[in-house]
Amino acid sequence: MPEATRKIQVQCQINGQAVTLDAYPMARLLDVLREQAGLTGTKEGCGEGECGACAVELDGALVNSCLVPFAQANGTTIRTIEGVADHGRLAAVQQAFLTYGGAQCGICTPGMILAAVNLLARNAQPTETEIREGLAGNLCRCTGYTKIFESVLEACRATRTLA
Amino acid sequence: MRSYVPGYEMQAPRSLAETLERMAREPGLWKPFAGGTDLMVLLEAGKLAHKNFLSVWKLRELRGIETTPEYVTLGAVTSYSEIRRHELLACEFPLLCRAAAETGSIATQNRGTIGGNIANASPAADSPPALLVYDAELELVSASGTRWLPYQSFWKGYKQIELRNDELIRAIRLPRGKNGWVHFYRKVGTRRAQAISKVCFAGAARMEARRIADVRIALGSVAPTVLRAVETEKMLRGEQLTPTIAQAAQESLAREITPIDDMRSTARYRLRVSQNLLAEFCERIAA
Repeated sequence: MPEATRKIQVQCQINGQAVTLDAYPMARLLDVLREQAGLTGTKEGCGEGECGACAVELDGALVNSCLVPFAQANGTTIRTIEGVADHGRLAAVQQAFLTYGGAQCGICTPGMILAAVNLLARNAQPTETEIREGLAGNLCRCTGYTKIFESVLEACRATRTLA
Repeated sequence: MRSYVPGYEMQAPRSLAETLERMAREPGLWKPFAGGTDLMVLLEAGKLAHKNFLSVWKLRELRGIETTPEYVTLGAVTSYSEIRRHELLACEFPLLCRAAAETGSIATQNRGTIGGNIANASPAADSPPALLVYDAELELVSASGTRWLPYQSFWKGYKQIELRNDELIRAIRLPRGKNGWVHFYRKVGTRRAQAISKVCFAGAARMEARRIADVRIALGSVAPTVLRAVETEKMLRGEQLTPTIAQAAQESLAREITPIDDMRSTARYRLRVSQNLLAEFCERIAA
């Protein structure tokens, strides 16, 4: 057995709640979220930062959690797919994915929705080109993307109508 | 096969001084770790040979973009997203912003850093050609002092760089004054977004009365290191762009680069595309 380092304790805020987690310093944030925090909405796809299935928000920035070592999560604020709906009320992007068929098998959906929500927070009325760029790091093998881009556009429209 | 995660250590010193002191006290034991977009991929693939890391992600001494009349200086832990959003960089160093926008996805750009990209020393990286064109200089720091090095002399060979094991890159400095230049950048990959380059070309030229008064050309993915095409630049400098000169420059470029066949492309394709991109650059500066 190779020599092992010691587990460390990390304090962070996940979906609005302060939590303390124990894991090895170079454990992937993805694994800690799923296995220690029990938040299995975050998916593993490629495990090398190409597919975006494990995307979460870290201090407001979209990141691939498979590429974030646990030690760097100390003192951060994290939002996963479980923190996107507001007390059971779906976000506009989530509702649009349901209504317009933006999800099929569902593996890419949490990352796709976080990428979309993050994009809309930076740019409330993106063009289709901007949506394509914002979601370029999220791969989907079912939908062919058209339904996903439509869902995000519809979510913008719904938000605009409400406002 | 995945790595044995308990075998890896990461600590987060609170200051640059503490980081450098640790690196000096235990030479070779610790390596700096920024956004992890390269190192974590190696970890997952079971190929991360080094075991002990010091996180520099939060170090304020390595962050921020500063401007003086002579230079724009980027802290090594400046992310691609920060580079993309910076107005002065977009205006004076557009190739660097283009490279940042074309590297990986938004999630990668939020974590990938300019210093990390330089230290990772991949010949296929997208920002180094832009840095070479802009005559970038690196600030290397250790517990025993600071030295500045032209980025061009930082490369020693394939994945080999001029960095001692007690040193890290603190900043990257770009001399200003290329405002009036024509800037040109093209990355050719399998897909428009999130693809590693088959060829990456960056060029800039200053024209005076239809002559090329000065020129810089740099390419990625066509040699063991990112390469400045010095001989081709020499051939173009002072010349008026004629089809003969453009043709001669393409032949010179073919002698300077040494592309190979690999998983992403072939030597033949890379040579042809490099020459075509040079032709496009020549057309652009002649226009």
